[in-house]
Amino acid sequence: MSHPMPTFGELSLLLALALCVYTFFSGTLALWAMAYNRPLAVAPDRLRETSRRAGLASFIAVACAAFALIWAAFTNDFSVDYILHHSNRALAGGYKFASLWSGQEGSLLLWAFLLSGYGFVLRLRHKGDITLTAYASTILSAIQIFFLLLLVIAAPPFAFVPGGVAPADGFGLNPLLQYPEMAIHPPMLYLGYVGFSVPFAFALGALMMRYPGEKWIHITRRWTMVTWLFLTVGIMLGMHWAYAVLGWGGYWGWDPVENASLMPWLAGTAFLHSVMMQEKRGMMKRWNVWLIFITFMLTILGTLLTRSGLVSSVHAFAQSSIGDWFVSFLVLTLVVCLFTFFRQYDHLKTENHFEALGSRESSFLFNNLILLLACFTVLWGTLFPVLSEYWDGTKTTVNAPFYNRVMPPIGLFLIFLTGVGPLLAWRSTSFRAVRRNFIAPCIAILVTATVLILSGLHPWADTDPTGSIYSLVCFSLGAGVIAAIAAEFLRGAGVVRTQTGKNLLSAAVLLTRRNTRRYGGYIIHFGIVIMFIGLAGAAFNQSKEMEMGFGDSIQVGGYKVICQSFSQDSTPEYDTDFALLDVFHNGTKITRLTPERRIYFPDTDHAQASTVVAIHSTLAADLYVVFEGRNADSGRPIIKVFVNPLVNWIWAGVGIVILGTLIALVPPLLPVSRRVEVLTPAPSRSSGSDTVLPLAAKVGAQLAAPEAPHA
Amino acid sequence: MLKRAALKRLAQSALLVLVAVTMLGAGTPDTRFDQLGHKLMCTCGCAELLLECNHVGCPDSPGLIAQLHTQVDSGASDSTIFKYFAAQYGPTVLAAPLRGGFDDVAWIVPFALLILGLAGIVLLLRYWRARHLRLAPSAPAPPPTDPALRDRIRDETHYE
Repeated sequence: MSHPMPTFGELSLLLALALCVYTFFSGTLALWAMAYNRPLAVAPDRLRETSRRAGLASFIAVACAAFALIWAAFTNDFSVDYILHHSNRALAGGYKFASLWSGQEGSLLLWAFLLSGYGFVLRLRHKGDITLTAYASTILSAIQIFFLLLLVIAAPPFAFVPGGVAPADGFGLNPLLQYPEMAIHPPMLYLGYVGFSVPFAFALGALMMRYPGEKWIHITRRWTMVTWLFLTVGIMLGMHWAYAVLGWGGYWGWDPVENASLMPWLAGTAFLHSVMMQEKRGMMKRWNVWLIFITFMLTILGTLLTRSGLVSSVHAFAQSSIGDWFVSFLVLTLVVCLFTFFRQYDHLKTENHFEALGSRESSFLFNNLILLLACFTVLWGTLFPVLSEYWDGTKTTVNAPFYNRVMPPIGLFLIFLTGVGPLLAWRSTSFRAVRRNFIAPCIAILVTATVLILSGLHPWADTDPTGSIYSLVCFSLGAGVIAAIAAEFLRGAGVVRTQTGKNLLSAAVLLTRRNTRRYGGYIIHFGIVIMFIGLAGAAFNQSKEMEMGFGDSIQVGGYKVICQSFSQDSTPEYDTDFALLDVFHNGTKITRLTPERRIYFPDTDHAQASTVVAIHSTLAADLYVVFEGRNADSGRPIIKVFVNPLVNWIWAGVGIVILGTLIALVPPLLPVSRRVEVLTPAPSRSSGSDTVLPLAAKVGAQLAAPEAPHA
Repeated sequence: MLKRAALKRLAQSALLVLVAVTMLGAGTPDTRFDQLGHKLMCTCGCAELLLECNHVGCPDSPGLIAQLHTQVDSGASDSTIFKYFAAQYGPTVLAAPLRGGFDDVAWIVPFALLILGLAGIVLLLRYWRARHLRLAPSAPAPPPTDPALRDRIRDETHYE
């Protein structure tokens, strides 16, 4: 029996591997010859160009392999073992597409595809800096080789079923993954993971070639931000999927797979902040290089942790044999990074020094400390079971109770810094500026705390006050940060309004367009605070579980849920149990909810249950209802009702973060030199820049000089 | 002197609040059951907390829940209950490292690093500042006519 598409897919992977090997070796040879002026049979720049073109072609080859796997899914080619285990004939088209990333081999193919996609864009946009891009392309091809070797040798996605005879139907896609967000969440997450390869490649390349200046940071800034955005969206979609599908009432379970996505996000966030010091002051070069190295290595480490079986996880591909590959790759990466770093150590000399504790620079240092501490704590908790087993031979569990105790103080410190950092000036902040900038946030904190306490938030009355104390502090600090951000916008918009005569809103929009990066950053901070407020709402979660017959009711947190009916149904894909529940709030019927419990593949030996949670969502709280099953004796449904306050704030916060990131990615309206001109007439009204703006005023005329446009 | 005394009082108050926050916690049997049930794992392999395991027909959680009820009703302390479950089902039944000994390291390390990190940054900043002052030229800065200096100023006044 012939299998043209799987064979085509296999050949495509082999071709991609060959092309990447060529890209790596020809690129390395060309760059070596150019760096040391060594003669070659072919002109080095021509060799470099062939390397780039081979890299471009590798994308097409990997795309063909991905296409072949999707084709196999859509044509129900169950001779392919992967398709047999992750698809079936009844599966809807969209989910057949999603089967590409629903298992180990397919998700690695997706990783290789996205990596080659990023490489394709990078190699296409090589004219910005041909040599630096050549270094980055060569490094990226080395990463590509690793993943392609993995696909060709250790986890082949086109392997045929044992015996070679295709069964009539497949086992189907895990029902938990048959949810629209699941079709988007993994690609987004992988775009985030994989994307950090690009700034890593640029950083390592810039270090290898002793790249002068900080231009590589400007080149990679957008790459890093886009990658960070994808990772943020991916994590958020995962949270929402867990909340809406898994039916345990929460959105974050501190599972190692979740932790693996959070760690590079935290390290990447630290890098995005810290790199500003290098751009503006030529400081922290060694630190920044290591931050991006660490971020990349954390994406690999996370994958190692979750796919090697080293730590146990509720996720699908926790047990596999590819751990050794990732360990080898991680060690090799670390060795290369260390070697390059120490070889080029003198190139990373700082150009400026810290001048004051009360400065933007120091706030970035504290910010980095907290973000990396959060990252380390997540890694520590994830690895502690392994350490414990090594230490005394017994494996422990590190789950939510550990993180819920350790992470909130770190998070609160982070919110505090989110408010304080932007109010401090570069180099040094005067006491007068501190006093002026901090008045509004401090008032907001005090007023919020007082109002919350007066309206009934009394931590001291709780048996375990930890959660409500953290929440009170979080809400109050959050209000302070929002006040600080609002004050920044108002100050800036006031200056623009004075200059342009526009109304305040238009002035704020113009202000944002003039400096998208700064004000986009403020919007991101605002979104993060909104998210934290939503997270803090978890301290007030309530739940009740009950076996419900006709007319029975549950009362939770101001809601009354009455069971009107319960029944069963059957579809070609699943059998379902469901209940019809009327929901009353303050005596008024507000909605009817229908929680379900489905049994997929009911007549097979791989039957699998899945909950369909019913949620009534408002800005204040979610009423979250789960059909847990039927009592085997009475036949009546067991219903669990949760009231989860402020959950929508989390999703809204992420939306605001996305908006802020998109704004920060837009080029500013006016060149910098023009903006300096704009600012100079009113230096005293700008935030915390007492030391900088008078200097700007003195040299304003020079900076605006037409013969020296700013690059 | 006054400043030092005020700082000392502030530190003592902060310590008191911290102790109050961490030490408060004894409650009614229902609350205790709920709190302890969220510090134990279900042993059926679902990797969920005991009270969050939502499998109807779970072979393990009803038995564990019944034992937890019995333990709470008997008035045993939290650590006794944790020890009981750890002895019955192994330490992985505890949702966090709660056995004492090496388990305490899990809790101490993040906070120790926080304190060390904060102290390290403050010391580092003071050292850098002192070095900056030592290296700073005593003569007044030259007028900003040098192109490199102009570029630097431009960078520093770039208000992102």
